[in-house]
Amino acid sequence: MKFDPFVLPFTLGLIFLLGYLAVKYTAWFTSLDRNDKSKVMTGFFSLSLIRAVKEVFLESLLHRRIFLRNRLLGFMHMSLAFGWFLLILVGNVEGRVYRPGEINPPYIPIFFRFFYANPEAFPFHRVFSFAMDLLLLLVLSGVILALVKRIYSRAYGMKRTTKLMTGDRFALAALWFIFPLRLLAESFTSAYYGGGDFLTGSAGSLLGNVLPAGELYYPAWWAYSLSLGIFFAALPFSRYMHIPTEVVLIFSRHFGMAETNKRTSFTEIEINSCSRCGICLDACQLSFAGGIRNVQSAYQLKSIRYKSIQPNESLNCLMCGRCASVCPVGIDISSIRMITRNEMNGRPPDASFSLQPVSKTRKSDVIYFAGCMTHQLPSIKKAMQTIFSRAGINYWFMDEHGGICCGRPMMLAGHREQANIMIEKNRQLILESGASILVTSCPICYKVFAKDYNLNIRVMHHSQYLFELAEKKQIILNPLYESAVYHDPCELSRDLRVYNEPRALVGKMAGLIPSAYEKENTLCCGNSLANFFASNDVRLSITRDAYEKLNAGDAQVLVTSCPMCRKAFEKVSGVPVKDIAELVVKSIHKNEQQHVPLQKKKIHTESRPLVMQE
Amino acid sequence: MISFGYKIQTDRQIDFDSNNRRIFEFVKAGEPSIDWCMSCGTCASACTAAITTEYSLRRLIILARRGEEEEILNSVHRCRFCGKCINACPRGVNTRNIIYLIQLAVNKIAKHEI
Repeated sequence: MKFDPFVLPFTLGLIFLLGYLAVKYTAWFTSLDRNDKSKVMTGFFSLSLIRAVKEVFLESLLHRRIFLRNRLLGFMHMSLAFGWFLLILVGNVEGRVYRPGEINPPYIPIFFRFFYANPEAFPFHRVFSFAMDLLLLLVLSGVILALVKRIYSRAYGMKRTTKLMTGDRFALAALWFIFPLRLLAESFTSAYYGGGDFLTGSAGSLLGNVLPAGELYYPAWWAYSLSLGIFFAALPFSRYMHIPTEVVLIFSRHFGMAETNKRTSFTEIEINSCSRCGICLDACQLSFAGGIRNVQSAYQLKSIRYKSIQPNESLNCLMCGRCASVCPVGIDISSIRMITRNEMNGRPPDASFSLQPVSKTRKSDVIYFAGCMTHQLPSIKKAMQTIFSRAGINYWFMDEHGGICCGRPMMLAGHREQANIMIEKNRQLILESGASILVTSCPICYKVFAKDYNLNIRVMHHSQYLFELAEKKQIILNPLYESAVYHDPCELSRDLRVYNEPRALVGKMAGLIPSAYEKENTLCCGNSLANFFASNDVRLSITRDAYEKLNAGDAQVLVTSCPMCRKAFEKVSGVPVKDIAELVVKSIHKNEQQHVPLQKKKIHTESRPLVMQE
Repeated sequence: MISFGYKIQTDRQIDFDSNNRRIFEFVKAGEPSIDWCMSCGTCASACTAAITTEYSLRRLIILARRGEEEEILNSVHRCRFCGKCINACPRGVNTRNIIYLIQLAVNKIAKHEI
């Protein structure tokens, strides 16, 4: 068997890496609950395995999603991942072809040119030499692109890149050294022994003219092996843990696993799958509009992984979901943030808040739940009441005089258990009424009712409900404005994909102007309930930025369907900001003579003497 | 004793200086905007929890400033974090973070961490 002491750093590093991964992954698997374990067991013998393999090929190797964002960035990732993979694969095939029937230790394909410097005696040696040189060139181009990205990331469509921690820098340096050192080692060998193709051969003859190749080739192989060994040893503790773990993540996702309310092995897999590539940084409004640059998902996941998470980091997030929608790995970051908030708040549930509902259940066809925020904008709930009575619907205004909160804000504060108490109480009230539809004016409530309540009745946001009423001609809408901009609330659009109905509804009353930031790409208004930490100034600058990007100034009216968004934009808007329900009421009444009753109370104003102007 | 026609009353002042203001200090370190609070009570009037319970953020902040811990311990967990108080506050105080931090401080006191 061929052997030389210089292969030891590589071999030891590889053994350590494989051993560490085996221990880690076994631990994760054993701590899965029975349900998830059976998902894995059945998943391995189903079609989802093939789908998972396909996704691993497309995402882990080709980095398709990054390609779709930016070609240069995609090529950089692809050349490193796919190039290196092919280098290993073709190297192994070469070893098989040249040494049939022999046991190939893993270091043979890696250091092939050391052991077989000039393989002219072998079949297809020209093809293999050329292929290996081409692949090395591909990987080297990736390394060069990565170096350039450190200096000028804007060329790759990234305004910001992740600030790396020391361990990551160490692993990164080792990774960057691997391939240039391989080039050097193979070139020196080719200069001394011959062999090599267009890359290593030419580089060898160039270098051989100025440097003593015979003395340098052996140290170069040592350096190459050392850099590989260091990289493998550092991999499990650095961001490069994502390389093997992302594959595991893709498989477990295809087997049907998902985030729950508690930290599971799936959470661990997701946390370790983050490569801190930094694509989420540019998507974050706190970063580009609020100037807060240390709480983005990449940093958050890092803090969670190394158990250094602080409440002010975790609570400083709008939970708008923009980062999750651009994440090339598809990490469910919002769920992980919620789990983290829950863990930081290990207070046992208590019933210190009274749950006495102010109004009793009334039998009805439709329940209307305005939500806390709608109560701060009474015109919305009044509009809804008018529409309900206009359409002749038997409805029950569940929180007319205040009621139990939907529970979402409690969850956001990390009090999952207390939220569950409120959810259970509300659920009973809803089911007792015997209604078939629950309508809410608040997207936050809508999200919780739809996702956490397990109601077997229809849950609708009022924009959907009003659209249905208009379609059934239960309300007649008249055109109101020539131009309007519709702002999608985060929960409604990115989370629950409700953006066609409100658009169609607004379209019946006004000419909609499209915006670059709509539907899944919508911006948070800055008033998000999820953020506990951001100051008033930060919120205001986010609102201003979002307003400017919506180009609402070109329209006659800015329409939204969330009381929080309405409140936020009102502060900065130059045009009227309306909730969709207010617009509908105005549109219904357009052609009617409005009867304004005599006002009983008059507001007394001071009469000032007129100042004569010269 | 000579009667002067008046007498000196016994001291009736409440000495808040002897109170431990650890909750307030803890909150202020995390959320400096608590200093902007002028105790107007707009937050309490907008409060969802106040409809069904006796809960008032205005009281909480005053009590925290004074270092009166007992009532804080009893009522701070009634908040539902709906955030109406932030919208209502005329001074731009980040009220919800104040409540969150008071809760955190209460938990820390229970664990003897502060």
